[in-house]
Amino acid sequence: MEMVVFYALAFLAVASGVGVIAQRSATRSALFLLANLCCLAGLLILLNAQFVALSQVIVYAGAIVVLFLFIVLLLGIERVEEGPGTRKAQGAAGVLLGVLLLVGIIWALLSSPGASAPALVRTDNVREFGELLLTDFAIPFELAAVVLLVAIIGVVALAKKRLEG
Amino acid sequence: MVPASSYLVLAAVLFVLGAIGVLIRRNTLVMLMSVELMLAAANLTLVTYSRVLGKLDGQVFALLVMAVAAAEVAVGLAVIVSLVRHRDTTDMDEIDSC
Repeated sequence: MEMVVFYALAFLAVASGVGVIAQRSATRSALFLLANLCCLAGLLILLNAQFVALSQVIVYAGAIVVLFLFIVLLLGIERVEEGPGTRKAQGAAGVLLGVLLLVGIIWALLSSPGASAPALVRTDNVREFGELLLTDFAIPFELAAVVLLVAIIGVVALAKKRLEG
Repeated sequence: MVPASSYLVLAAVLFVLGAIGVLIRRNTLVMLMSVELMLAAANLTLVTYSRVLGKLDGQVFALLVMAVAAAEVAVGLAVIVSLVRHRDTTDMDEIDSC
C-alpha cells in the first residue's frame, strides 16, 4: 500500500515538475508548482513528518504560489517567453548539464553508507517537533523571525515607488 | 516498505528538474519558481535523512529552510517588480542586453 502511494505521488511530482519548466505560460507554471508541492507534502506525510507536510501546504501552497500568481497577474507578463526553436543549443546544453548533475548526485547517494531502509517509529510528531523547536533550536527559530522581518523591510524598500524630488 | 534511497533519488530528480529550469528558461519568474522546486526537493532529502537517522533535527531544518524560502520569494518578486518598472520586461536576455 505504501509502495503504491509512494510511486503514484512520485510520478505526479516528477510530471508536475516537468510541467513547471516546460510550460510557456507563467500562470500554468505556477499552478504546476502548486501540484508539485502538494505531492511533496503527501510524501512528507509518508515519511511521518506531518508538521513539516502541513507547513509545506500552508507556506508554499498558501503563501508562495499565491504570491507568484499575484505578481504574474499584476505585471500582466503571462506570455513573454521566446518563440519556439530560438534557443535550441542553450536548451540542449542545460538538459545535458542537468543529466550530468543527476548522475553525480545519484552516484554520491549510492556510494554513501547508511542510506538503506529507514526504521519507522510512530511517534507524536508534532509534540516532539515543538519541544525540539523551543529547546535545542530556539535560537535558529528566533533568527528565522529576524530573517522574515528583514525580508519584509527589504521588500517594502525595493517595491515602493521612488519619491519624486 | 519504501527504501530511503527511493526518496533520495526522487529528491535528486526534482532538484535536477529545478536546476534545468533555471538553466534553460529566460522568464525570471519561472526561474524563481524553479529555485523553489530545488528548495522543496532539498527539504525532502532533509526529512528523509531525519527518518533514516531517527532524529527530528532534519525536520526542524526543513522548517527553517521553508522560512528562508518564503523570505527569498518575497525579495525576489520585489526585485522582479522593480526590474519590470525600469526595463519593462522579465526576459533575462533583454535585461542583460540593455
